[in-house]
Amino acid sequence: MPTMTIAKAINAGLRTALAGDESVLLMGEDIGTLGGVYRVTEGLKSEFGGDRVIDSPLAESGIIGTSIGLSLRGYRPVAEIQFDGFVFPGFNQITTQLAKLHARSKGQLTVPVTIRIPYGGGIGSVEHHSESPEALFAHTAGLRIITPSNAHDAYWMTQQAIASEDPVIVFEPKRRYWLKGEVDTEDPGTSADPFRAHVLREGTDATVVAYGPLVPVALAAAEAAAEDGRSVEVIDLRSISPIDFDTVIASVEKTGRLVVAHEAPTFGGIGGEIASRVSERAFLSLEAPVIRVGGFHMPYPVAKVEEHYLPDIDRILEALDRAFSY
Amino acid sequence: MGVELPTTEFSDIPDELWLELEAHAHEAAEGHSAVVRLLDEKGGFAAGSKLADAVRALNPEDLRAMYRDMAMIRRFDIEATALQRQGQLSLWVPLRGQEAAQIGSGRATQPQDYLFPTYREHGVALTRGVELGELLRLFRGLSNGGWDPRETGFHLYTLVLAAQVPHAVGYAMGIQRDAARAEARGEDPGDPGAVVAYFGDGASSEGDVHESMVFAASFKAPVVFFCQNNQWAISVPAEVQSRIPLFNRAKGYGFPGVRVDGNDVLAVYAVTQWALARARAGKGPVLIEAYTYRQGAHTTADDPTKYRLSDEERMWLERDPVSRFEAYLRAEGIADDAFFADVAAAGDALAAKARADILSFEAPSLEDAFANVYAEPHPLVAEELAWHREYEAGFADTESAVDADRAQEGGR
Ligand SMILES: Cc1ncc(C[n+]2csc(CCOP(=O)(O)OP(=O)(O)O)c2C)c(N)n1
Ligand SMILES: [Mg+2]
Repeated sequence: MPTMTIAKAINAGLRTALAGDESVLLMGEDIGTLGGVYRVTEGLKSEFGGDRVIDSPLAESGIIGTSIGLSLRGYRPVAEIQFDGFVFPGFNQITTQLAKLHARSKGQLTVPVTIRIPYGGGIGSVEHHSESPEALFAHTAGLRIITPSNAHDAYWMTQQAIASEDPVIVFEPKRRYWLKGEVDTEDPGTSADPFRAHVLREGTDATVVAYGPLVPVALAAAEAAAEDGRSVEVIDLRSISPIDFDTVIASVEKTGRLVVAHEAPTFGGIGGEIASRVSERAFLSLEAPVIRVGGFHMPYPVAKVEEHYLPDIDRILEALDRAFSY
Repeated sequence: MGVELPTTEFSDIPDELWLELEAHAHEAAEGHSAVVRLLDEKGGFAAGSKLADAVRALNPEDLRAMYRDMAMIRRFDIEATALQRQGQLSLWVPLRGQEAAQIGSGRATQPQDYLFPTYREHGVALTRGVELGELLRLFRGLSNGGWDPRETGFHLYTLVLAAQVPHAVGYAMGIQRDAARAEARGEDPGDPGAVVAYFGDGASSEGDVHESMVFAASFKAPVVFFCQNNQWAISVPAEVQSRIPLFNRAKGYGFPGVRVDGNDVLAVYAVTQWALARARAGKGPVLIEAYTYRQGAHTTADDPTKYRLSDEERMWLERDPVSRFEAYLRAEGIADDAFFADVAAAGDALAAKARADILSFEAPSLEDAFANVYAEPHPLVAEELAWHREYEAGFADTESAVDADRAQEGGR
């Protein structure tokens, strides 16, 4: 089984999709000749041509809008948004057009557009390069949102997003682009369904749900908790819309405690959605309130203080302590 | 394409006409804001140009068909406005005054073309074979359309201003790729079509129009930007949207822009055909500014007396596109009283059908709305649908209980 970084795995996934289906096109800023600012699309233009790997004008609404038009003509465009904070010029096209066209046309039209967005902080960057806007999209019916946390998932989710008849946003954990892992390019295995959560570590005392860049942090926190004699189950949510509540609830019914961690601000975030679902469906199993760990209600702070903003092992452990103190 | 579209078959554009329009566009780019016009306000014909000669050679049958479309859609529009007043529609967006801009451009398209309207393009819909009653579904609150965009090559209406314009460019980029691939396979791509994007003077200020024009120019996409400058965006006059004639903006993007008298169906037809032919020939986009006027209110919810003078309205009524064309057809002996009476009767029949259609539409249920949120199964939608059904079923019990009560009451 080859070992590759998440960035390389996405690149390989895109290559497989381009090779397997003539209707797949890539479009974005600097994705062609340069291969993307993170080199995720490196080599694809020379392999498949500028007609299929398109260096677009610098205009996010145009990128999403023309991708929609291409999909109406039968293509499967994969649009890259260069950084999380720059998706907003395209927000209108994503939420009022892409998300709704299938429903508006009573199913006559499909718009199988994939949008790739590198997201999240921890890279010491300037403003608008470290954000986690996934909840803004999850709130919009008609979109599917997934986020890989490892190379194997990155390889398969990229292709699964492209193959979906629905629009899919893939949030790529940019600070993990260089994280290496084994990729089974023959068999997705348990990753066959991108909308299912994975239990990465079994435990009996508490559950930590995380996704994308915080998955390794959650695993490390569980490891640390084990040293204190606490058995913590870790779930990689993988899909943010839809959310695999069944897997989360089955875990909570076993452990009785839940901590949800994400980089995005907690207010109005995915953690709140999970907390309310769990309280509705598994209230009697809960030994403690569901506790959220996430960003604060502020613009993403300057790089020199981001380590105090981003949830880390200690923040998750502190949340577990609170859960155990009930 | 499943539907036979009532497009008009004209001979190919003669070279001289082509050159004349190219020259016109060039002149426009140089800053002369000449308007392409053939019919004056009294229906008099401006002979003496190649464009005029080409239009003169048009088949009388086609000219009558064009008039018929204009008169029919005007009659339909009157009926729909009345239906709204009578509470049968929640809103109507009148097209009155823009018949020439819409019928002229719509009739210049071919069945393989794909058109992206805004929300006022009822005339274009007619030329694309859209069953007009379907337009009423939207404004009655039954659906967001009703016609099949793939069958008619006429996209759903878009209410988010200008959002459809980049879709048009993307679609045109798809057409380019289809053609290139067919050629690469050694096949003759035939005519894979071209695209028309409709938008208004107000929408022209939206960033999406700018981005679309950049994309279309960079990729030489086969798309015609058709801007109906009807002078108003609700209450805001066109001067607030642009300090230069709108068509001049094309120059900044690097493709031709032409202003056409939007109340002259012959000129609109000729210019649109030229722009589409140019797009098909791989020469890239064109911006057409159809200079016209919204004779009625913005929508049935609007009161134009709040922002514009009746003098202005009167002036534009004198330029009315339908009576102007009628005057021409009469003067040329192309159509007579019998023809106009026949069209009026057909219009009344269409109006009566609209009125009947509207009452025959099946009421939608919220349950339908769960069906196409996603193309593939989605657990949350399934869960909420199940809950909704159960909840509604609870009322079914109540309703039958109430019915039973009533029956009892009646029996007492
Ligand atoms: C993005 C957006 N902003 C505002 C509106 C509200 N609105 C509806 S129509 C209209 C004016 C449009 O004017 P114009 O583009 O000239 O088209 P016309 O109505 O004259 O055909 C406005 C402001 C809207 N539909 N979409
Ligand atoms: Mg207007």
